[in-house]
Amino acid sequence: MSSHTQKKSFGASVWDYITTVDHKKLAVMYLLAGTLFFAIAGFEALLMRIQLMKPNNDFISAGFFNELLTMHGTTMLFLAATPLLFAFMNMLVPLQIGARDVAFPFLNSLGFWLFFLGAVFLHLSFFMGGAPDAGWTSYASLSLYSPGHGIDFYVLGLQISGFGTLISGLNFIVTIITMRAPGMTFMRMPLFTWTALVSSALILFAFPPLTVGLVLMLFDRMFGGNFFDHTMGGNTVIWEHLFWIFGHPEVYILVLPAFGLFSEIIPTFSRKRLFGYSSMVFATILIGFLGFMVWAHHMFTTGLGPTANAIFAVATMAIAVPTGMKVFNWILTIWGGSIKVTTPMLYALGFIPSFVAGGVTGVMQASAPLDYQLHDSYFIVAHFHYVIVGGIVTALFGSAHFYWPIFFNRMLDEKLGKWTFWVFFIGFHLTFFVQHFLGLMGMPRRVFTYMEGQGWDQFNYISTVGAAMMGVGVVMMVINCLLSIKRPPAGRDPWGDGRTLEWAIPQPIPFYNFRQTPLVRGLDPYWIEKQEGNKEGMIYAEPLGDIHMPNNSALPFVISLGLFIAAFGALYSPLGVAEDSRTWAIPVLIIGLLITFGAMIVRSVKDDHGFHLHKEEILEIEEQLYGKGGKK
Amino acid sequence: MDYNTKFTPHTWPDHPEQATMEGKNKVVGFWIFLACEVVLFASLFATYLALKNKGPAGMEFSTQELFELPLAFAMTMLLLTSSLTSVYAIYHMRNFNFKAMQTWLAITLLLGLGFLCLEIYEFYHYVHLGFTFSQSAFSTAFYTLVGTHGAHVTLGLIWFTTLMIRNAKRGLNLYNAPKFFVAALYWHFIDVVWVFIFTVVYLMGVIG
Repeated sequence: MSSHTQKKSFGASVWDYITTVDHKKLAVMYLLAGTLFFAIAGFEALLMRIQLMKPNNDFISAGFFNELLTMHGTTMLFLAATPLLFAFMNMLVPLQIGARDVAFPFLNSLGFWLFFLGAVFLHLSFFMGGAPDAGWTSYASLSLYSPGHGIDFYVLGLQISGFGTLISGLNFIVTIITMRAPGMTFMRMPLFTWTALVSSALILFAFPPLTVGLVLMLFDRMFGGNFFDHTMGGNTVIWEHLFWIFGHPEVYILVLPAFGLFSEIIPTFSRKRLFGYSSMVFATILIGFLGFMVWAHHMFTTGLGPTANAIFAVATMAIAVPTGMKVFNWILTIWGGSIKVTTPMLYALGFIPSFVAGGVTGVMQASAPLDYQLHDSYFIVAHFHYVIVGGIVTALFGSAHFYWPIFFNRMLDEKLGKWTFWVFFIGFHLTFFVQHFLGLMGMPRRVFTYMEGQGWDQFNYISTVGAAMMGVGVVMMVINCLLSIKRPPAGRDPWGDGRTLEWAIPQPIPFYNFRQTPLVRGLDPYWIEKQEGNKEGMIYAEPLGDIHMPNNSALPFVISLGLFIAAFGALYSPLGVAEDSRTWAIPVLIIGLLITFGAMIVRSVKDDHGFHLHKEEILEIEEQLYGKGGKK
Repeated sequence: MDYNTKFTPHTWPDHPEQATMEGKNKVVGFWIFLACEVVLFASLFATYLALKNKGPAGMEFSTQELFELPLAFAMTMLLLTSSLTSVYAIYHMRNFNFKAMQTWLAITLLLGLGFLCLEIYEFYHYVHLGFTFSQSAFSTAFYTLVGTHGAHVTLGLIWFTTLMIRNAKRGLNLYNAPKFFVAALYWHFIDVVWVFIFTVVYLMGVIG
């Protein structure tokens, strides 16, 4: 609403954030929530590293260690990396394609609240009798009879937050297909938008198998089903398949947007067009496609037989080809460019060798016979942390520096940023490089302690020191973010080298984004305008007129809250494996579902036409934001 | 075009469901949603096929003994016909004939209700025989697959009813046209899933 420029009471601000459907506010909420869970999961990792610092340590118990490793993996993938990338996708995709908002602003808000309440539900397990303890993969043979409610929390929490992710993915696809500004053809879209599109398509096809897997587990654990119970004819391998049909594409869901972010940073600070744009697009699509063909490489030792293993081994190795294309394109973009080594660029330069190292160990594991040796060892831990930290976390940190002015109209401190990079980067390599050797020397993953005299002591100690450095790096990063509150406004295009539409928009961004839809005349549209000396920023495709905007709504929160309540009912189901059912379980389940479906019916019955912002109101808002005469 | 515009059969657009930006988004979004539903049901079908006829040692239930094709055939006919009548409803929606659309939607609703009643009878009958949800891996997989479809049917019926009641007094406009269209799309999808259930569960169960 146009009243957003006036000072509001605290309660009104909270209400505003609960009901908002503005993609920029939701992006900030994703950023905050993602950072919270990133900090929690990072803290869990530090506890584990302290436990493993020396042999026969008794810092934490074996059971708690299992809970920590499960929650660390689950939280980092579902509740930290995903929302942090969603923060960037929410903020940048509509701006990069010149849209007013996403296609379904209501669903955008619903996606956030489902994710957030699901995540909160999962974390309540720590206070309600123990967290899940069967690993983030939660193999049915291990999790089916796990005592207590830990696994139930895992199933229900991920189910709710998974719906949120699915809904957001669908929303991004439709936004990118239908909401592009005039002239923004598919082959002129910024690469981040392309990766957001492909990654959303992966979400769309990867999350339903997870949903089904979780439903099967839910029925088995809480309602007397027999999917995984072999005495009743069940089969636990079904879970492994469903989980990895989801789980492997999930890796690409996370890493593709990270690639996209670097594909924005590298051309900007090489001040050169992205090398091989069309091959980058092709490689992105190919990675997305092949990502679905390789899930059984996580199951080489399950015993699917040599034929299946051979097929999946070859398919896995094939993914190295499009990924290699991307790496060469990034290097050739830098090659001959006029390079500025800013903090985001530093992260990009650190990313390339780290990610390649993770990729190479991945190809090693693709070889099925070798994987029998490496399976479930620390080599695996080293590999996927090189890919995830070296690829995704560096992308998130680098882009936080790069896009902070878009989010908050403030710059982060460059000097502190570079220090953060070095502390974090060195800590990261110290932590995980030695784990390759630990794995090759036979140390299994997911053990809570080990005996001395096996040659593992030194490497484990180094790894813990590195983890502490990473922790310090994250704290420095957070301090940098907090300090930015005191810094002066950054204004439009603060790096001076912005190429795409998001840099062309005046700061602070009004809630309707561009007041007139811009006309896109080629790849890197803002760069083109700057080259032609256009002081205005962009040329526009329409005259200044009324803008149609969506209404705020509290219903997404209510729908999500209903499922949150229903989950408690399912948790204490009388048919559950954990034998402490409550009499109120079924009524609570029903009440929760009624709240959800009731809110959905209200949404369906109540017309929601949105509202029109008139020309005069737009001019008034812009005068308040930028002062008289529209200084930007 | 504006939502408040009053239309006559002559000014009504050829594709009213896509005449507004919101409508267009809704139709594209719903097709994409259906794509993800396809994957959901594919996973359930795969699980069912893996657990078909599997149970504790000495289980007496198998697809051959359990399923009765005449009943499944009657259900199939009801649902297939309801898909046809929903096509008629959308045909009249496009011709701006609100009354005819409501009539055909009501017929669709009744046919869907008939299907649901037969399914409830079928489940009741099986449970009576001792083939309960917890009886075996086979029973769990069967009830989950067919039950998920049944839940979709129920949701579709509630959806149609709500739409019909909500719009009974105000007729068609560009705001509710996409809603009717999308509901019909959903109904067709449910129908297609049933064709696969009929084939994979019932036909292949009894004959294959």
